[in-house]
Amino acid sequence: MPLGEAAILEQTPVSGGYCLLRLAAPELAAAAQPGQFIHLRIPGLETTALRRPFSIYRAGAGELAILYKRVGRGTDVLATLPAGTRLSVMGPLGNGFPLASGDRLPILVGGGYGVAPLVFLATRLPRKGVVLLGGRRAADVLCIADFEALGWSVEVATQDGSLGTEGLVTDLLGRHLDAGAPPAELFACGPDGMLRAVGTRAIAAGCRAWLSLDHHMVCGIGACLACVQRLREADGSIHIARVCKDGPIFEARTIVWEDPA
Amino acid sequence: MTTSASPSLAVNVGGIAMQNPVTVASGTFGYGVEYADWLDVRRLGAITVKGIRLEAWPGNPLPRHVEVPGGLVNAIGLQGPGVAGFIAQYLPRLREFGVPVIVNIWGTTVEEYAEVAARLSDVPGIAGLEVNVSCPNVKAGGSAFGADPATMAGVVAAVRRRTPLPVIPKLAPNVPAMGPFARAAAEAGADALSLVNTLPAMVIDIERRRPVLANRVGGLSGACIHPVAVKHVYDAAQAVKLPILAMGGIQEAREAIEFLIAGATAVAVGTANFIDPSTPLRVIDGIRDYLVRHQMRDVAQLTGSLAVS
Ligand SMILES: Cc1cc2nc3c(=O)[nH]c(=O)nc-3n(C[C@H](O)[C@H](O)[C@H](O)COP(=O)(O)OP(=O)(O)OC[C@H]3O[C@@H](n4cnc5c(N)ncnc54)[C@H](O)[C@@H]3O)c2cc1C
Ligand SMILES: Cc1cc2nc3c(=O)[nH]c(=O)nc-3n(C[C@H](O)[C@H](O)[C@H](O)COP(=O)(O)O)c2cc1C
Ligand code: FES
Repeated sequence: MPLGEAAILEQTPVSGGYCLLRLAAPELAAAAQPGQFIHLRIPGLETTALRRPFSIYRAGAGELAILYKRVGRGTDVLATLPAGTRLSVMGPLGNGFPLASGDRLPILVGGGYGVAPLVFLATRLPRKGVVLLGGRRAADVLCIADFEALGWSVEVATQDGSLGTEGLVTDLLGRHLDAGAPPAELFACGPDGMLRAVGTRAIAAGCRAWLSLDHHMVCGIGACLACVQRLREADGSIHIARVCKDGPIFEARTIVWEDPA
Repeated sequence: MTTSASPSLAVNVGGIAMQNPVTVASGTFGYGVEYADWLDVRRLGAITVKGIRLEAWPGNPLPRHVEVPGGLVNAIGLQGPGVAGFIAQYLPRLREFGVPVIVNIWGTTVEEYAEVAARLSDVPGIAGLEVNVSCPNVKAGGSAFGADPATMAGVVAAVRRRTPLPVIPKLAPNVPAMGPFARAAAEAGADALSLVNTLPAMVIDIERRRPVLANRVGGLSGACIHPVAVKHVYDAAQAVKLPILAMGGIQEAREAIEFLIAGATAVAVGTANFIDPSTPLRVIDGIRDYLVRHQMRDVAQLTGSLAVS
């Protein structure tokens, strides 16, 4: 895996305080798998600042893109960097989503910036399915056009009812997991509460759910043990996984939510 | 007058022969294998691995770290696979790198430290033991044994009795004076000294009025602790003749060279690995360039070369 540099091609503000960042990164783009992330050093922060992890939103044709939300000092500085700025990038990192065989209907569930890896996933899955997107308000619901352009059917829920159904994205899951519905496989990325709810529904319905966890990271490559998550294996044994290296994607049944470390 | 183009970088740290004076700090480089994809680990002077105790240890709850200006506060809590797990899972690959492996050890009792040392002495491929008597992140063990010179020396002596390997106590920076610790370690049979570990620290989330770290407190590392570490290295070098492995806040060769001038024989790169995995190699190259520029033939000429008038 290269410890590479990548130049910013373009930054575009998207709705709701999100930004789209496109990087020239041929090797990274060629190697990237959906669900993997990059670990970015942000020039402009002090030289002692840690790297920041971001999911890969799109990769191809020598380019790699991320979709990020301004939430703190790192992402605030990132948003000010002009085209041409060179960034130190580690990646692609992490395990990525399994690319389902195609015999089950893929259902993607995304909240906030969690939609980013799902767009990439939708470009690579062997079969088109359904995308359920959620957010507090309409401006937090991103990438509807991406999914539609890829031929996926999109359903939206917002907490204030400003777009789609009023409520939570997990409320949309019900009819897709009903006894009569075609067998499904879930892929989700978003806040912990959402992931946990998706996992619970999937387990109850007897289908798999691949959840992308969002733990704070230091090294990003499995060396420091800052990002751990307790997993329960099929045989009942417990082991402590590293979200950055063994994840960020884990199957819902394995995650021990009450006691991550 | 010309000096040979390439000065000698080889050093010996208490019986550990290193091709250059740069290793990595325990806990910041996993078990060596994690970083093998990111830099040529065979170029390191040695690889120092994460702390090991007798049995596997789960570490602390999350969050385990927080970024602060100029550094990092961590409370990983010495999560690890235990001696048997380390030997089975990691040692075979570590050996293949062909550089000395220094194993950082800890225990919850003096006997445990000694037992871990004995077990590691029975397997080939380990060059030395760094004895962690200074981790601020576990209740029993770690810093509980490093807080006064006599207790620390008791651990060192117990380890000494059970291993023929070089023994390198790793000392805490939060002591009133380093001299008494350095002397006590030397008398207890240490072959070298390692300093410093992280500084006990705390960060508060003011909105929630709660500690940020689940462990409440952690250890401060990174660039901000470097001057503190330099002072300790200088004091230790004044107090004892033992070789010193210095660490704390190395980001570039400059900080490493400061440690050498203050009296260190070798240095370790820690937190900076997380930010730029190529740091140790840059430090090696930077030390070589410095020696060339100052027409020194051997890095040993740098050690303790501080002029104080
Ligand atoms: C695998 C993974 C994928 C991610 N993908 C995306 C993405 O596609 N788009 C996006 O906008 N964000 C993503 N994040 C979250 C993103 O890393 C944080 O929003 C970002 O690090 C915040 O940095 P900051 O300096 O602006 O915030 P600050 O709050 O100032 O950061 C302080 C520290 O906390 C860490 N931190 C803060 N929030 C988070 C968080 N939610 N997750 C992890 N670390 C955090 C920072 O890295 C930094 O070390 C992802 C996180 C992970 C772990
Ligand atoms: C995440 C992390 C984990 C660490 N784990 C250990 C450990 O297991 N044993 C130990 O003796 N020191 C440990 N340390 C301390 C470092 O080895 C080193 O002494 C300290 O970080 C100072 O160096 P630095 O400023 O270059 O990081 C750890 C430090 C960090 C940041
Ligand atoms: S961030 Fe270091 S192990 Fe995951």
